[in-house]
Amino acid sequence: MNDALDVTLRLLVVFVVFLTFPLIIGQTEHKVMAHMQGRLGPMYAGGFHGWAQLVADGVKFAQKEDIVPAGADRRIFQLAPAVALLPYLLVLLAIPIGPGEGAVGEVVDAGVFFVLAVMGVGVLGSLMAGWASANKFSLLGGLRTAAQLLAYELPMLLTAASVAMAAGTVSLPGILDAFEWWWLPWQIVGAIVFFVAGLAELQRPPFDMPVADSEIIFGAYTEYTGLRFALFLLAEYAGIVVLSGLTTVLFLGGWHGPWGADGLGWVWTLLKTAVLAFVVIWLRVTYPRLREDQLQKLAWTLLVPLSLAQIALTGVVKVVIS
Amino acid sequence: MAPIPGAGLAKGLAVTLRTMTKKTVTAQYPEVRPDLPPRTRGVIGLFEENCTVCMLCARECPDWCIYIDSHKETVPAATPGGRERSRNVLDRFAIDFALCMYCGICIEVCPFDALFWSPEFEYAETDIHELTHERDKLREWMWTVPAPPALDPAAEEPKELAAAHKAVEKLTAAQAEQAAQAETTEAEPRGEGES
Repeated sequence: MNDALDVTLRLLVVFVVFLTFPLIIGQTEHKVMAHMQGRLGPMYAGGFHGWAQLVADGVKFAQKEDIVPAGADRRIFQLAPAVALLPYLLVLLAIPIGPGEGAVGEVVDAGVFFVLAVMGVGVLGSLMAGWASANKFSLLGGLRTAAQLLAYELPMLLTAASVAMAAGTVSLPGILDAFEWWWLPWQIVGAIVFFVAGLAELQRPPFDMPVADSEIIFGAYTEYTGLRFALFLLAEYAGIVVLSGLTTVLFLGGWHGPWGADGLGWVWTLLKTAVLAFVVIWLRVTYPRLREDQLQKLAWTLLVPLSLAQIALTGVVKVVIS
Repeated sequence: MAPIPGAGLAKGLAVTLRTMTKKTVTAQYPEVRPDLPPRTRGVIGLFEENCTVCMLCARECPDWCIYIDSHKETVPAATPGGRERSRNVLDRFAIDFALCMYCGICIEVCPFDALFWSPEFEYAETDIHELTHERDKLREWMWTVPAPPALDPAAEEPKELAAAHKAVEKLTAAQAEQAAQAETTEAEPRGEGES
């Protein structure tokens, strides 16, 4: 196939996924959360069980005035939502959903590094927003974001390193090519630590202290409105897609499944991602928000030791079997 | 407390998952009408044919939300040479539902069964003044009042029915007597006439 056309097509597909999947997850969250609380959730927008609720929300956000506070650092304030959102688009580009060249936006040799580094940039958006808003609550939210990033990036990296050690490669398709089913019990601790740390990095409940509305209004996003605010929200849901996809690829074997290996690998990837996204919503509905010190304690006294133990286990098993 | 660490967390997850599989409690009100008990105290209906303008309801109302206007009319004498009677005619009967506190005292106190509870509840207005509902509206609500509960199987006959039965018995007895009289007159030779 023509190279330019090939690249355009891949980018287009990734972009469409980037625009639709977060909305699907958002709508699922509306409905799942409602039913978990004995409610119905949106029922009117679009006619059938409120399927167009997020479209309606988007229209509402687009109509609102774009306000920049007088004391704010204008350029940084306006740039922050893009910085929060775009990294997830880049990460999505590197996540393989099926075997072979055709099922990944772009094969990156140092995939794990690329993905984790770029995801870290996403949090910078919240930091920029918090600092540039000229608002005490925003600043507090931004600093909490920073503290959370510092605490949870470490166990995330360590567990990802564990998988890379097991596979002997840092390329995401390479890791999946090396995957065997017994990696699942072998890396299970790492998987849980990675998922929890990822939740914390996305600032999803129960790790949403940076936006704790009962304490600091809406954290770094307090001063935002209209489309820029919507972009922050979209970033959160795109983050869920990326985190679920990454956990699937790194720990749950991506396109590998008990049956239907040929040609249907991408179904397995999507299925696992969807289940993980459901778990993200489920956790949000079930647990109350942690306190800021509990959050730090969980990261440093539980997740970091667990991930170190996982690395040790991976190393031992790796040496024994080779 | 929990024997296994994390048991509480799992329990929480189980609760939310179980709730998700259960039926929701949301009432989709405008689409689906609520299932109210028949004796719901929704609004007060007026059976104005029974009202004698005795004003008891208006005077007993704790927050004075009942408005009654009336005038007197004279009724011609029933028998020749009798005295003509006066009668109260209802001109206005209104209840201000912005004031009404749904205590039901007016209904309890009405000696002529002119006021009733109706389960109807959709009479919201956009202006507080429009909540004063006049007699035509109150009369309309009378149609939504459910029938009174049935009497106990061994209960005494209601007074109204007893009176009606008595009247019917009297009438049939009189008719029978008349018929008997007519027969005797039939048997006798004609001449004395009709009476």
